[in-house]
Amino acid sequence: MLELKHIYKTFNAGTVNEKRALNDLCLNMNEGDFVTVIGGNGAGKSTMLNIVSGALPVDQGTITIDGQNVTGLPEYRRAKFIGRVFQDPMMGTAATMQIEENLALAARRGKRRSLLPGITRGEREEYRELLKMLDLGLEDRLTTKVGLLSGGQRQALTLLMATLRKPKLLLLDEHTAALDPKTAAKVLDATEKIVSQDRLTTLMITHNMRDAIAHGNRLIMMYDGHIVLDITGEEKKKLTVEDLLARFSLASGSDEADDKLLLS
Amino acid sequence: MDVLMSFLNSMPGAFGQGLAWGIMAIGVYITYRVLDVADLTVDGSLATGGAVCALCIGLGIHPVVSMLLAVLAGMLAGFVTGFFHTVCGIPAILAGILTQLALYSINLRVMAIGSGDKTKATLALSVGKHDLLVSSRYIRDLTVENPLILLAILVAVVIGVLYWFFGTELGSSLRATGANQAMARAQGINTSWNKVLGLVISNGLVALSGGLLAQYQGSATVDMGRGAIVIGLAAVIIGEVLLGKVFHNFALKLLASVIGAIIYYIVITLVLRLGLESTDLKLLTALVVAVFLTIPYWKEKYFRKKGKALPETAGKGGN
Repeated sequence: MLELKHIYKTFNAGTVNEKRALNDLCLNMNEGDFVTVIGGNGAGKSTMLNIVSGALPVDQGTITIDGQNVTGLPEYRRAKFIGRVFQDPMMGTAATMQIEENLALAARRGKRRSLLPGITRGEREEYRELLKMLDLGLEDRLTTKVGLLSGGQRQALTLLMATLRKPKLLLLDEHTAALDPKTAAKVLDATEKIVSQDRLTTLMITHNMRDAIAHGNRLIMMYDGHIVLDITGEEKKKLTVEDLLARFSLASGSDEADDKLLLS
Repeated sequence: MDVLMSFLNSMPGAFGQGLAWGIMAIGVYITYRVLDVADLTVDGSLATGGAVCALCIGLGIHPVVSMLLAVLAGMLAGFVTGFFHTVCGIPAILAGILTQLALYSINLRVMAIGSGDKTKATLALSVGKHDLLVSSRYIRDLTVENPLILLAILVAVVIGVLYWFFGTELGSSLRATGANQAMARAQGINTSWNKVLGLVISNGLVALSGGLLAQYQGSATVDMGRGAIVIGLAAVIIGEVLLGKVFHNFALKLLASVIGAIIYYIVITLVLRLGLESTDLKLLTALVVAVFLTIPYWKEKYFRKKGKALPETAGKGGN
């Protein structure tokens, strides 16, 4: 479903701040794969998601989604294939617009925006039902401005928006990192539910190794701009945090305490 | 007593000016509030609207058609600013200033069309000689010729059309573009094109206002738009500060800008009656806008309830 071929991305090239964020990154995801991504700070996780979504252009390499080369497509046109939830709860929704208006915008992702009404009565009912599933009490607040919601509620709403029109690819960029543990668990539960229900091809970055092990059918670890560890199937099911730390030291050739801290 | 009488006497004029400028204020609201872009094109596009409208009427074209042409000219100006901003990557404020500056030369040329001169800074319209839709001459008449009637209808139509438009799929995507660009793009919205579209609509309205003003005052001048953006901002902000708490509906918010423009002109009329020169108005306007922009900021900064955190505007991006 997603194919990344020899991707290179360097920030501030030619300056003292030069940073090679992606270094010969290759990844091939099958349809229905739920891949969790871990790695220390600066490993290139977010950059990978940003080049897939089109928020950042690549220096080299090709990105293919469902057989279509999208490397040159602008972000807003790739959105047709991709649903996204960001780390920052403020980023995925329009604060000054109502809950139902945000959902209606998401329902038209990848379609031409016409002069027809921005939201119809039938849609409202549909949204009410979907919001009920989140169990956050949002179903009775359709016309509330999103800016009045908590971070967790906004993140759950963003998740719903990202999956309202079934995307070919769902990108989750540490979408629970900014939430308190209880809310984070709730959002993660909703994620698991939606992903398995719609069999969505998903790429989820997380800082939490336990979450990375508990979710998905495949785990990849990034280091220095490419994938150093790729664990799938039965092997992944039996994985423990200790295993992972040990294998990371081996794969990255470093056993610095820093890296362990950042990963745990 | 005399001051009061002459003030009351000039109230209809203040209303007329306020309504005509109110349409411009709506245009400013669209860029400044809906799109979150400070567009300085308006100083030029207002004069362009006035120039095109006055020129066409002078050439014997029907005033309605003349105003439509004025609107088209304003839209073109907005498009140019949008092009500078999105395609050329020039910051929005600077893009507007560039268009505004260029329009000064263009307006002088436009007004000279058909006159044999190379440039012209003023075009006079007289209600006796030309077919005008609105004229301040009839501002106190109790007839259908009174410009307040047509101006009020036009304001209502503009608000109605915009209310409908911003409720459509396209209009909603425009609001999303102004509210959160990252989100808009993630939902497949072409934010660049939407910004151009918003600037086109806004400057079309500004030019419509310019066309009305040229007829109302009986002349179009190359300077008629100087400081227009500040008047527009004053109207938007006065409307928000006074009515923001009660007006939540989008149509009412647009109406608040018009009411803001009317209040602005009432205040200006009062100040003029108190003995200030009309050339002092720019200083006064600048002060009014500065004060009204300061109030919400200071309110937030110094009178915020304890324990209530400032809303976060941006989070930390992780890797």
